[in-house]
Amino acid sequence: MDLTILLFLVQDGITNGAIYALLGFALVLVFAVTRIIFIPQGEFVAYGALTYAMLQGGHVPGTAYLLPIFAFVALLFDLYAERSRITGAFLLRQGIDKIVVPLGLLFAARELAGVSTIASLVLTVAIVSALGPHLYRIAFQPLADRSVLVLLIAAVGTHLALTGLGLVFFGAEGQRADALTDFSVDLGPLPVSGQNIAVYVATLLLIAGLYWFFERTVQGKALRATAVNRLGARLVGIRTKGTGKIALALAAGIGAVSGVLLAPMTTIYYDTGFVIGLKGFVAAIIGGLASYPLAAAAALAVGLIESFASFFASDYKEVIVFTLLIPVLLVRSFASKHTDEED
Amino acid sequence: MSKPLLSLSNLSVSYGKVEAVRGVSLEVFAGEIVTVIGANGAGKSTLLNAAMGILPAVGEQTFDGAAMGRLEVEDRVAVGLSLVSERRELFSSMSVEDNLRLGAVRFSEREAQARMAGVFDRFPRLKERRRQEAGTMSGGERQMLAMGRALMAGPKVLMLDEPSLGLAPRIVADIFTIIEDLRKDGVAILLVEQNARAALNAADRAYVMELGEITMSGKAADLANDPQIERSYLGFH
Ligand SMILES: Nc1ncnc2c1ncn2[C@@H]1O[C@H](COP(=O)(O)OP(=O)(O)O)[C@@H](O)[C@H]1O
Ligand SMILES: [Mg+2]
Repeated sequence: MDLTILLFLVQDGITNGAIYALLGFALVLVFAVTRIIFIPQGEFVAYGALTYAMLQGGHVPGTAYLLPIFAFVALLFDLYAERSRITGAFLLRQGIDKIVVPLGLLFAARELAGVSTIASLVLTVAIVSALGPHLYRIAFQPLADRSVLVLLIAAVGTHLALTGLGLVFFGAEGQRADALTDFSVDLGPLPVSGQNIAVYVATLLLIAGLYWFFERTVQGKALRATAVNRLGARLVGIRTKGTGKIALALAAGIGAVSGVLLAPMTTIYYDTGFVIGLKGFVAAIIGGLASYPLAAAAALAVGLIESFASFFASDYKEVIVFTLLIPVLLVRSFASKHTDEED
Repeated sequence: MSKPLLSLSNLSVSYGKVEAVRGVSLEVFAGEIVTVIGANGAGKSTLLNAAMGILPAVGEQTFDGAAMGRLEVEDRVAVGLSLVSERRELFSSMSVEDNLRLGAVRFSEREAQARMAGVFDRFPRLKERRRQEAGTMSGGERQMLAMGRALMAGPKVLMLDEPSLGLAPRIVADIFTIIEDLRKDGVAILLVEQNARAALNAADRAYVMELGEITMSGKAADLANDPQIERSYLGFH
């Protein structure tokens, strides 16, 4: 193995690791705020990649139709739950949230498909992140006070449902998008593509943005507060149902961005998301579903190991990555003092 | 007298089959300190939690003349009712400042800063500790933070569940001084206490709760001199 190959593998590892870090963050975020171990995170990646690839190819993506359907089901849930106290203001809010916005995005997708890379990118993130809150409303909000195990079962169910819907709405064909840019620079012997740079920049921007959101804005603090003490959050007037929706919107948005970044690098199928999400999951678990920096470091490690494993033993690369989880989990379970959930 | 700010009538609360509060009626008027005293397990916390909307209850609940039985906790905060729960329920891994900021979560940054300045005037100790993590503070400081956080929402009625629980006598005296200051500033107080003597001293009116029911009520001063109260709740002090 010469230096060039080594550098290639490292670059590949860091690029993938950055994306796993984003997914790991999304998982830590969702778990902290809602206690959901969010298995379907990978589906957001697949949906993001497929949505972006189709928009770029000038087609209206399936998610643009799926969104109004999800929103309509969520609307029925809300109308039923609030049936005894429906007001004009409530109907107006619901109408905008569940009808106007989804149909507006569908309309935008029909008008703007194939127009420009920027339009495809923005629409993809908008459509996929908008799915998050409705998904929360339908699948998780009714169970919000139940145990972690019940929520996990709901998450597995949601993963299966989203994979199935992915097949229906996108078909079995794989898609690959054009690169964001064909710009490229040489770092010594190593060519660094614009796509790689986009991954690094987007990851750093998202991390900085999340940091700013959680540390500096009152909505971000409210999300953290809900994670720390749900009852305390309700007592100060934070709408904890709202925080679950925000968490899923963020997770879906992060998934969409990851998908957009991945789409030009590999062919994505409706069910590709799961394995990608699982690697973010490995990172999040190593971070104890609690630490963002630890999750980020673990994600880079997963990316690098995977990259080298695919060079030396490509048939076994997934096996190697997931096998790594076992010693980590063992160490964690012996080393961790049991910190009980604050209630 | 005018209409009550907070009115509970014939309120019952159950945990499964066990009825912990039975047919309780209670009113708090503007400018009042009202106390509910009773032994451990009498149902005082259950009553406050139901009034806050944390526990489902049957019976009539009104706030400022409007029915509030169907309001969620968050909406009760918005209309002007706040609860400092027995367990404080702080955001322990967040700073004092962030805890207070979240007390005014519905308000703009500027409004929140103005309110925080007011809370710091009332609790100078919190100002000194503004960057400290809530979970690392002493019991008295935590109680002050919990009260300060509740005040950030600008409540018309503040419900306090055993604010003196587990605190040293000197700090208990401070807390009661602050409660009386709050009343002067126009916040009505519903105070639940096992420390019956201090509560009756501070309050205008009082209710006595036993096994989930109100067994006596009246002017706090009268109850403080009632021989039966003295025997049951004040005797061993
Ligand atoms: N979460 C709960 N589940 C079941 N029973 C409870 C619960 N909380 C309190 N109780 C019971 O309800 C009664 C009243 O409790 P509580 O309201 O805490 O009394 P107090 O605040 O006056 O000490 C007690 O008998 C207590 O055991
Ligand atoms: Mg109690």
